Order: sequence, then structure tokens, then C-alpha cells
Amino acid sequence: MEADGGCRHGLVSLTVGGPAEQKELTQTPLLKIWVPWMGSSLNRRRGSSVPQFTNSPTMIVMVGLPARGKTYISKKLTRYLNWIGVPTRVFNVGQYRREAVQTYKNFEFFRADNEEAMAIRKACAAAALKDVAAYFTKEQGQVAVFFVESMCDDPDIIAENIQQVKLGSPDYVDRDTEEAMRDFIQRIKCYEATYVPIDDERDRKLSYIKIFNVGSRYLVNRVQDHIQSRIVYYLMNIHVTPRSIYLSRHGESELNLLGRIGGDSGLSPRGQRYAKALAGFIEGQNISNLKVWTSHMKRTIQTAEALGVQYEQWKALNEIDAGVCEELTYEEIQENFPEEFALRDQDKYRYRYPKGESYEDMVHRLEPVIMELERQENVLVVCHQAVMRCLLAYFLNKPAGDLPYLRCPLHTVLKLTPVAYGCKVETFFLNIEAVNTHRERPTNVDISRKPEDALQTVPDHI
Amino acid sequence: MSQKQARLTQNPLQKIWVPNVNSKLFRRRGSSVPQFTNSPTMIVMVGLPARGKTYISKKLTRYLNWIGVPTRVFNVGQYRRDATRSYNSYEFFKPDNEEAMKIRKACAITALKDVCSYFNRQEGQVAVFDATNTTQERREVILSFAKENGYKVFFVESICEDPEIIAENIKQVKLSSPDYVDCDKEEAVADFLKRIECYKVAYTPLDDDKDRNLSFIKIFNVGSRYLVNRVQDHIQSRIVYYLMNIHVTPRSIYLSRHGESELNLLGRIGGDSGLSPRGARFAGALSTYMQDQSISDLKVWTSHMKRTIQTAEALGVQYEQWKALNEIDAGVCEDMTYEEIQENYPEEFALRDQDKYRYRYPKGESYEDLVQRLEPVIMELERQENILVICHQAVMRCLLAYFLDKSADELPYLKCPLHTVLKLTPVAYGCKVESVFLNIEANVDVDRDPEEALETVPDHI
Repeated sequence: MEADGGCRHGLVSLTVGGPAEQKELTQTPLLKIWVPWMGSSLNRRRGSSVPQFTNSPTMIVMVGLPARGKTYISKKLTRYLNWIGVPTRVFNVGQYRREAVQTYKNFEFFRADNEEAMAIRKACAAAALKDVAAYFTKEQGQVAVFFVESMCDDPDIIAENIQQVKLGSPDYVDRDTEEAMRDFIQRIKCYEATYVPIDDERDRKLSYIKIFNVGSRYLVNRVQDHIQSRIVYYLMNIHVTPRSIYLSRHGESELNLLGRIGGDSGLSPRGQRYAKALAGFIEGQNISNLKVWTSHMKRTIQTAEALGVQYEQWKALNEIDAGVCEELTYEEIQENFPEEFALRDQDKYRYRYPKGESYEDMVHRLEPVIMELERQENVLVVCHQAVMRCLLAYFLNKPAGDLPYLRCPLHTVLKLTPVAYGCKVETFFLNIEAVNTHRERPTNVDISRKPEDALQTVPDHI
Repeated sequence: MSQKQARLTQNPLQKIWVPNVNSKLFRRRGSSVPQFTNSPTMIVMVGLPARGKTYISKKLTRYLNWIGVPTRVFNVGQYRRDATRSYNSYEFFKPDNEEAMKIRKACAITALKDVCSYFNRQEGQVAVFDATNTTQERREVILSFAKENGYKVFFVESICEDPEIIAENIKQVKLSSPDYVDCDKEEAVADFLKRIECYKVAYTPLDDDKDRNLSFIKIFNVGSRYLVNRVQDHIQSRIVYYLMNIHVTPRSIYLSRHGESELNLLGRIGGDSGLSPRGARFAGALSTYMQDQSISDLKVWTSHMKRTIQTAEALGVQYEQWKALNEIDAGVCEDMTYEEIQENYPEEFALRDQDKYRYRYPKGESYEDLVQRLEPVIMELERQENILVICHQAVMRCLLAYFLDKSADELPYLKCPLHTVLKLTPVAYGCKVESVFLNIEANVDVDRDPEEALETVPDHI
């Protein structure tokens, strides 16, 4: 059974003695998913490569005083959900307020007795809810509501929050630090007077999680479905302890030199030098308690061995499986599987190699790695190009369309440090030459394109 | 630093790259799964009788063992039954019964000693200490013991005041307990209720304030609410996630393979072929069978492979495709017959029979890898209710091993023949299995026992 465009496998026409007729299936050329022919009564097949667990839309409602991490959690959770393939968006009512009231004067806007301001604030919330309704394009079905309340009375944590994200807010753009700090604390007091936390008795029928003191305790009530369960698990694994995540590919491999993809080759001489340079770099970083992870493939393990420390091997960190294209050069892929080659350029994220994987599949198998990275502190992950792109897209909130084209060159360490609402990235090229393995999207992605067009962006190799 | 390039060798069974023995880090665990448990962990149950402690203990232990974390339950009630000749009545549990108190305390201590031995000498990683542990004093004893030995402690407290749930628990698991083997039902229930009262007097639940430095989860009313405090590490996080996903609503799980495939007929493994004519008939028969089962709100899951999807299509209902349910990847041996494997890869063929669970096909997977990728499927199966999973032989073996608590050694040899539906229904502490052969012959059953190797390669075209 060769793999060409995949459609050859499609037709199975059998008559069966049973009540149900044998359905004809066809394999979608891009995703390699078996779906029934359009004539089938169930042709409203979602045909997704990932099980769809969200039937009704879900609204996650944050609850809590200012500077309790609500926006931090909102953005992080949204990033995670989008990465695993659940379209999610944040609706920040403060942002609506900033657009409605052009300049922020001081905390008096938030006084409970400021009627004019109250009217504006209520209108902003209503506008946001309208936008939420528009965002949920499905009309049928109810919207499930899940509350996330963040409770914290540790003054040190609150001060740190204010420092990290409030002082840099548009509201305080022209204030000096002390003034801003004082004003913000007054602002919090305005809310404290009327704050009614979710009540464990009266609100016992609601679905919610209460997070106490940045995660030392959680109260979880009435989780309704799969997505809420995943959200709870995620929220219970994240932390705010400062740390850095180092991402690197293995050193240049023998197959890299030959321009061949996949396989399980060892390091080239330059790759070995990189491994040693990496050891030097890591030592120079003076990291406390560094964990090191590799894949199960020889080239990442050889790289880690040079570090002289313990490391964990994760099969989930293995490079994307290129199926029938394993160990081929791009020229050979073009020659033997021109249609596949074009399909890949058309939608590199969802494209699945015949008998192989897609980037979308990889995100799925990397999810436990991300979850554990969230739990960990200082970690160095020695992995592969496609893998590193997936991880990087998670940390830097890159959409699926950009993910497969993120630049992750050999012999370069990316140091990611969470800061404020995002991630600081520092790039360290360790000064050892290596081949370029990055192939940009060519201009012509048509199946009928000429070989020169297809090979336009292939990097040089032996 | 002049370190020589570490030479790696790939261990032939698991295909894991490890440094040569004289590397200074040769104490490589060489595991195919990341090892996250450093110190051993004690999970300590807390709660009045009939609150589901043993149910949770057994289920959690089954899950942890399945994902590869060696775990054992230490049920103090069992130690008590071994120490006292027979159970007379609830009076044994009266708080003023000093003689009984001594015996009960001694049992707890013995159990703790066995925990020690499990960790030190039997390579256990998690011990589930299943007892009421309802007094602060008893919990202190356990905490000191753990501290002395360097074990982590995670409490799981089950709190329930719903009399219907308690009555149901008593019916399901207490009436058939060895303690009540000669009693009539009503007598047993009356005695057990008095037993619970004995504990209630001295019961101090974990205190949200006083015990705020302990690591624990409190489960309220069979999971409608949870309080989670100070999760310390990876394994505790996984335990919390698992406990929050399980439920006790009655339901059935149907496991079936796809109908007989074209490659099955040819005696070839793996691949992505369609159904044979008999396989197509099975799909029709499966549809009829499922309809007759009259199941409310049945979910259907398949893999991404043609043969499971064709089978599901015959049912005429919506189904979800999971890539994680794909058959084990036989790597270079895909689409081969066993004779061809023997001819081309005789060493691999032999290695597989030596340790079928851990053996990884070259450029393929092992059963151990399969379990890792099926874990999210199991987690979602726990959340779901009535569900039919149409999958493949190796996959079905892994799922079955989870539900029936089979060891890694037994797992690759579990019988999962074609055209046979297994209906699993949770009952008491385990799972009832009904095997239904849908009466459509399938030529091959690709199924060999270790000793027989090639002799048992099934007939095929």
C-alpha cells in the first residue's frame, strides 16, 4: 500500500447482509482522516483530528479584588486553551472602561458612591457581555458558566503584583511609582467594602474554583464537564515562582548535514562541539536545581550526556514522525510525493504525513510535557525543531498558522523567563556553525506546481 | 572540560539510548517513562466507615499501577481480621473497649511496618494506608512515622452525610464483608450503623486551619465539591486530577475491536486496511447488539484507522475519533506476517517474546508506550458514562488491563478476540465483565503465548 494522495484507500463498496449498508470511506488528503462520502446521512462529520469535547460554549468568569492575579490567570488560561485547540478569548472589562473613559484621573472613579462612574462601569460590563455572545457563534445550546475566584490577603504578594503589572498599566502612565502605588491601594479599598466572595453555602449549585494564596489551597465545586476539569487541572499546576525555561535543539546531526529529515542519527562533529558548548553555557548560567529533559532519540541524548548531569527522557519529546518521508531529503519528497509536499505547504499545521503525524498531533502529545513544565521550575529541554516550535508557540502565544514557521535554528538556546503577563525571550547562539534546517513557505503551494517552485525555499545541504 | 563524546548504545529490548556502562552517570534509570517520584509517598485515607475509602483506595491503586507507579493498598481492617479470630459485633469498635483499642492500634503499627518494607525492599513508590484515621492522634502517629522515614504524606478525606449514599455503600460492599458472612441482611445493616456511631464520637475531620500545612484533598458528597491543600509534587497532582474525574454513577463500558480486516485475513500485523466481508457483517451485528442494549446517551469512540471507523459507521450514530486509540505502531514490522518478521528480524522476534510489555518495535512502540498514550483516554472514560470504544487488539488489552487490574506481565496476553464485545460494569470494588461473541466467524486471532512462539502463529492466507 503506497501512500500517494491518500485517495486510493477510499473506496470500499460492499453489500452486507446486515441492516446497515457498508459505508464508503475516503481519507481526507491533508489530515489523513477517514470520513464517509458526502452522501452519508451523517455527513456532518466534524472530521477533526482531535476529539471535540466542548459541546456547549463555556464562559469563565473571574472573581476577585484588584491585584489578585485575575488578568494573569485569564491570559495564561486563554493561551493554554488556544494552544490545545479550544478557541478562547479574554474579555477584559477594564479595557472597555479605558476606551469609554479616555483618561484615568484617580481612585475616586471606583468609589462605591460615584453614581456616574457606576453607570459607565455597568455599561462596559454589558457591552463586554454582548461581545461574548457574538463571539459564541453557535446559537443553540446553553452557555456553561464556570467561576474562578482568586483570594489573597498576603500583603507581600499584593505589593509584588502591583509592582509587576499595575505600575506599567495605561492608567498610571504619567504617575510616579509611589503615587501610583498609593492610588491603587485606595482603589482596592473601594472594592473591599462591597466585596462578597462566592458563598460555599448559598452558591453551592454554581460551578467554580476558588484559588487561595496563589495556589496553596483550592476549593472546587461542581465541575460539570471535560473542559472545566482540564481548566481546574491546569490552574492547579501553574505557579508564579520565578524561574527560567531553556529550550534547545540537539546538536547538529549526521542527517541534518545531509539535508535529510527525521531518523535517529547521532551528532556530527560540530554537533558534538555544540553539546560541550551547551554544557559551558549552562554552567555559566549558574542555575539552581536545573532539570534536564531530552527525547528518546539519540541526538538529544548525546547532547545531554555532555552536560554531565541527570536527565529525564520523554518519548513525547520525539521529533515529528514523518511517516513514509522519514530520512528523505526535500528533493526526494518532491520527487516521490509531490502532492503531499504541496499539501504540506498549504496547511503545514494540520498536514499529516502519510503514516506519520501533523503539528496538530504533536501539540496533543506535548500537552503533558507543557503541564509538567508548568509545575517545574528551572528546566532545560533538549529537543527537536518541530517540537521546539510547538513549545515555543505555547510560551509566546503564537497561533497555529505561525507555529510551523517559528525560527528554531540549531546551536541556539532560547531562554524564556515569565514576566508580567508574558514571557521574556533571550536568544543565545553558541557560536558553532551548523546547517540551516528552516524551510520557509514557498510562494506557489499549488499541487500542480513545478519542482523548482516547490524546492524554492529548501535550505542548502551536502 | 575535556569530556569524551559519550558513546551511546541502544538497549535491544526497549530501544532506549543509554550511555555505555563506564560512563559516570551509568546509573541511568533508562526508563521509557519519565520518573517523577523521588521520595515514596503515603496516601492516607480519612473518614467514617462507608464513605468510600476502600473504594477510592483500590481504584487509585489500580490507576497508579497501570500508569507505571508501583502502588499497594494497606487495609488496616484486613489486619484486624487477621488478628482477631472472628467478628462478633459493633461492640469491638466502642471507644471505651480498651482491649480492642490495643489490638486496633497494634494492627495499624503492623501495617505501617509493612509499608516500610514495601518501600525499602519491594521497590514500592506509593502506599495507600486505608483506615478510618479519624482522630488527630492517629494521624500524628502516621505523620511522625513518615517523617522519620522520609516519606511524603498526602491525606484523602471522604466526607458524606447523605444517608442514601451511605445506605447504598453498605449494601454494595459491607453486607458481603467477611465480618457479616453469617448474618442476615437487616442484622448486618443495624450492626454496621452502630459501628459508624462508635467512630462518630471521636471523629475530627482535617481542619482547614490547624492542618493547613498538611497536604490533602477533602472529597465532599462523592465529588460535588473538593478542597485541595498544598499539593507538593507531580504524583499528588495526578492523584488529585484522577480523584476529581472519577464518579460512581452506574454505567457500562463496551470494548470491541474493529471487524475482521483484510490484513487480518492475510495474517499481517498493523497497517490501515478496510474490513473484510465478515468484518462488515460484524459491524452490522454490532449495530443490532448495541440497539438491543437500549442504552441512554451512548458515546462511541474509534481510532483514526479505517477499520474502526468503518465499524462505527454501521452504527449510524455520531462517534469521536481518537488518534490515541490507534493500534500499536509496529515500526519496521508494519504490514508483515509473523513468518516475515521471523525471517527478517529473528532477534527482534525473540526479544518480543522475552518481555512483550516493554519490547519496542524498531521505529515503533511498546505496550508500555501504549499505556502512556492511552492515559488521557482512560481519564476521559472515567468522566464519561455509557460508552462504546471500538479499537484494536493491543489497545483493547491495555484498556482491559486497567479495568480488570491486570499486571504488566499479563497485559500483552489478555484475550481480546475479534467479533467479541466485552461489556464492563463497575460493581462493588471491581468490574463485572460480560463477553458477548456476536456469532460471526473470524479467521484469525493474532494471539500467541510466550512459550510457543512461531508454533502458534495463526493460520492465514
